[in-house]
Amino acid sequence: MPFIPHTEDDEREMLAVIGAPSIEALFDEIPANLRVQSLEGLPSGLSELEVMQLMAARARADGRPLCFIGAGAYEHHIPAAVWSTITRGEFYSAYTPYQAEASQGTLQSIYEYQSMMARLTGMQVSNASLYDGATAVAEACLMAVRANRRSQAARILLPRSLHPHYRAVTLAMTLNQDLTFDTLPYVRDAGHMSVDSLAVHDGQDITALVIQQPNFFGVFEEVDALTDWAHARGALVIAVVNPISLALLKPPGEWGAKGADIVVGEGQPLGCPLSSGGPYFGFMTTRMQHVRQMPGRIVGATVDADGRPGFSLTLQAREQHIRRAKATSNICTNQGLLMMAGTLYLALMGAEGLERVAAASMARTAELVAALTAIPHVRRAFARPGFHEAVVTLERPVAPVLAALAQRGIQGGLDLADYYPELGAALLVCATETKTSADIDAYASALSEALRSARAA
Amino acid sequence: MSLALREKLIFDYSRPGRGARGQWPPVPAGAAPEGIPAGLERRTRPQLPEVSELDTVRHYTRLSQLNFSIDTHFYPLGSCTMKYNPRACNAAALLPEFAGRHPLAPVTHGQGFLACMYELQEMLKAVTGMRGVALSPLAGAHGEFAGVAMIRAYHRARGDLARDEIIVPQAAHGTNPATATMCGCVAREVAVGADGDVDLEALRAVVGAKTAGIMLTNPSTLGVFERRIEEVARIVHQAGGLLYYDGANLNAILGKVRPGDMGFDAIHMNLHKTFATPHGGGGPGAGAVGVSARLLPFLPVPIVERGAEQPLYRWLGERELPQSIGRLTGFGGNAGVLLRAYVYMRMLGREGMRRVGEYATLNANYLSARLQQVGFEAAYPQRRASHEFILTLKRAEQDYGVTAMDVAKRLLDLGFHAPTTYFPLLISECLLIEPTETESKQTLDAFVAAMAQILREAQEDPEQLHGAPHRLPVRRLDDVRAARELNLIYQEAGG
Amino acid sequence: MSNIPADLKYTRSHEWLKALPEGIVEIGISDHAQESLGDLVFVELPEVGRSLAAGEACAVVESVKAASDIYAPVAATVVAINAQLAEAPELINQDPYGRGWIMRLKPTAQGAPSGLLSAHDYQALAAAG
Repeated sequence: MPFIPHTEDDEREMLAVIGAPSIEALFDEIPANLRVQSLEGLPSGLSELEVMQLMAARARADGRPLCFIGAGAYEHHIPAAVWSTITRGEFYSAYTPYQAEASQGTLQSIYEYQSMMARLTGMQVSNASLYDGATAVAEACLMAVRANRRSQAARILLPRSLHPHYRAVTLAMTLNQDLTFDTLPYVRDAGHMSVDSLAVHDGQDITALVIQQPNFFGVFEEVDALTDWAHARGALVIAVVNPISLALLKPPGEWGAKGADIVVGEGQPLGCPLSSGGPYFGFMTTRMQHVRQMPGRIVGATVDADGRPGFSLTLQAREQHIRRAKATSNICTNQGLLMMAGTLYLALMGAEGLERVAAASMARTAELVAALTAIPHVRRAFARPGFHEAVVTLERPVAPVLAALAQRGIQGGLDLADYYPELGAALLVCATETKTSADIDAYASALSEALRSARAA
Repeated sequence: MSLALREKLIFDYSRPGRGARGQWPPVPAGAAPEGIPAGLERRTRPQLPEVSELDTVRHYTRLSQLNFSIDTHFYPLGSCTMKYNPRACNAAALLPEFAGRHPLAPVTHGQGFLACMYELQEMLKAVTGMRGVALSPLAGAHGEFAGVAMIRAYHRARGDLARDEIIVPQAAHGTNPATATMCGCVAREVAVGADGDVDLEALRAVVGAKTAGIMLTNPSTLGVFERRIEEVARIVHQAGGLLYYDGANLNAILGKVRPGDMGFDAIHMNLHKTFATPHGGGGPGAGAVGVSARLLPFLPVPIVERGAEQPLYRWLGERELPQSIGRLTGFGGNAGVLLRAYVYMRMLGREGMRRVGEYATLNANYLSARLQQVGFEAAYPQRRASHEFILTLKRAEQDYGVTAMDVAKRLLDLGFHAPTTYFPLLISECLLIEPTETESKQTLDAFVAAMAQILREAQEDPEQLHGAPHRLPVRRLDDVRAARELNLIYQEAGG
Repeated sequence: MSNIPADLKYTRSHEWLKALPEGIVEIGISDHAQESLGDLVFVELPEVGRSLAAGEACAVVESVKAASDIYAPVAATVVAINAQLAEAPELINQDPYGRGWIMRLKPTAQGAPSGLLSAHDYQALAAAG
């Protein structure tokens, strides 16, 4: 029996101790008419050999295409030591560290993670991670409403240049909580928010302003001016950032005169495989004064009964298992294993390694954009510089072109037609340090050919 | 402050100029970050550790050795279903094609992956008796959120706008009332009778025109099967409310009873419990949701559909499901966890699925009987244990001043993870024990021996218990100090 | 047995009330309440000047195992808070009726608030659990 160790003797002896004639008899409290008659729709069991053959065949069907898609999930090199270490059973198969004495390994790792994330973002405290970047933005909006006591409006300003999925998740997760979201436009030919365009909100009670840096288009926002604008109006600033970019970009804690108030983002670039969308981890850091409004687990250093240092979960009275209906969130888990991946990644990279990843990714994207815009009628959509992504426009609809590229094993980027129809035939492309000049040349010549044959057709 | 730990902090290994240089990427020529506008650059480097690859591997390997885990210890942790996490599931999920697949990749580059997801949806439907399944929620509580949000969307779509009360039994998981609040509802508690079943009179009194729904686990958090579940369903449905099944205890009934047949309208499944994906020291989970016919239009997106033409499998989004409660995750869900659950379910198959509920229940009833034999008191001795059961140490507390916490901590000394303590709050000094089907009789017997030893120590040497654990890397931690003198990030000495 | 001073009034949610001159009422939590919460680690206080409805949650006391709301026993305005509690929440454990006071309120309406318990009645409530 797969994963059940009982021998016939075991089973007989156990039933004798219970005083039951059969295993079936143990279900005698369940009304007979509710009992499952058959489990149609479930196949027969497979051995490990058979299931691995099946999975290998399925994996082969997906292949290993050359990927130039970013849009919130980025292909970076993951050092071999990251996953070989965190898939050790002691991390992989451990429970949430509620029994602190039996979980010091996990707890200390979280404390180290919190320290690294606070330093990277320039903030004072971090939680132990949330589900993903999108849900972290939703949680940050709810947290801002709790933390900003001067504001009564529960009004959040969301830029249209924020990742459209983050916006969608934020709306869905806050739907029943009476928050108001206003959308901020981006400058059509530059791809970033302009402080001037915020003037229509002057005089309003604003709870928080969300700023994504770099934004969904990869473009840099004017974070200092935006932050100061928000603070001057009593609003908190929620920064949404790419952790790799922080090796080169000013950390949110230094934005404007006072710095951002809550920082969130997608942790996936730090050592987590793309894996069709998850598991990733969301990170969240903030100022000490807001720590009790922060959702999720937090680890603190303390001492044990003998006065020796140790770690435990702290500030648990914010959480659902104690505070129940008044908890800061219903969240129980952090993304423990992925947070571990992020911790090992940051340790192995250090500040200098991270700078190299960021610089190499920027350089490869610049190289890619140059190669693509050398093709007739392929243009950059925005004049303003950005990080490791860019929007390019084509002369004809993107979808058939991407399909033609896909047939040649190239994922040419994300078609923006559904998200930003006003941009026309626009394509969001990304190249990280994993792409070589040969990869970029291959993409450019495939695109050139696809456009040529589309024109001829 | 510098901490002298059993294993020092990663920051203590750091030396200026050291680094895991072999792991850093080459920077292409001319790649100085000139593209960053003035004023946006980082001026000072973040103080991340400067350590070698060996420092990193050794440090985290040593830290791992300070942990208990399924691979090293028995975890009779009630309500958490800490069963063995098969290794093939991990190996399959990390195949390079799956691990490297971008979430926004075209479906033509994902037919293998999407086939797994589609079949997983179908298998979960079959095993729960629900009509539709969405895989995207990222954890149990996230699935709960989806479930209650769907219930609210259902009432709203019918113009039934006054329904904002969610009924939860006294002993419910803390996530249930927290979820109700997140969905803009008020949680109303309903009493549980002395036999552990919901008090039907109390339920009748609390339902009405404001009832959005009820959230139940069955078997309940008291480790017993709610016998009058059909009557509960009738009462709630007649009042116009819907039934939500908290799948935390699904392992108890896997292959034996289906929530859909009990009358539930929405359910979340903790794939990291019932379907053996790892807990990872606190995540990732996966909280797939299932629904009855009336909630089908409201499922969160995306969902995988199988069509008639190539490519066979594709995603359904808000365009195809306009009444959906929307998108709850950045991308399609915790795909890597879902793949692990898929492999587990394929290995079990129809026969194996049925045996999960059977042997989980056999183990729980055996362990309950043996522990009562050696002198422990069950909270519901007249009831069958489901996959878990509750002991109450009220007597030991009165007679020897020994608490559930003392027993839990002493178990750690004896090489067993502690059961769940002080939950449910309804039972004083309780231990909630769930052995799962993957543990052998011999492991259970060893646990009984340890518990018997602790009971002897309670009588002869209670100090031994109050001071436990004695043999772990640390003794009991000062939680009051941790909360009063918050030390949440490392500061360099003098810094 | 916990200490229940006879000269104070009590609520069912375990606050005590002390009448101060000029119609001001001082609020804290009972010895019984601090005992069952355990060592307090944090107190969240309202802003001075805030107006409260009767029964409104206006402060939170937090231990490592529980967090509990403090309710305004009457409609009132907050006229003072015990700022020392921010640094030393343990004052509530050490001296719940003295240095552990939480806030002072100026009731909106004249006359004695209704629905309060005497020390004797509160004793019975505390004994019942």
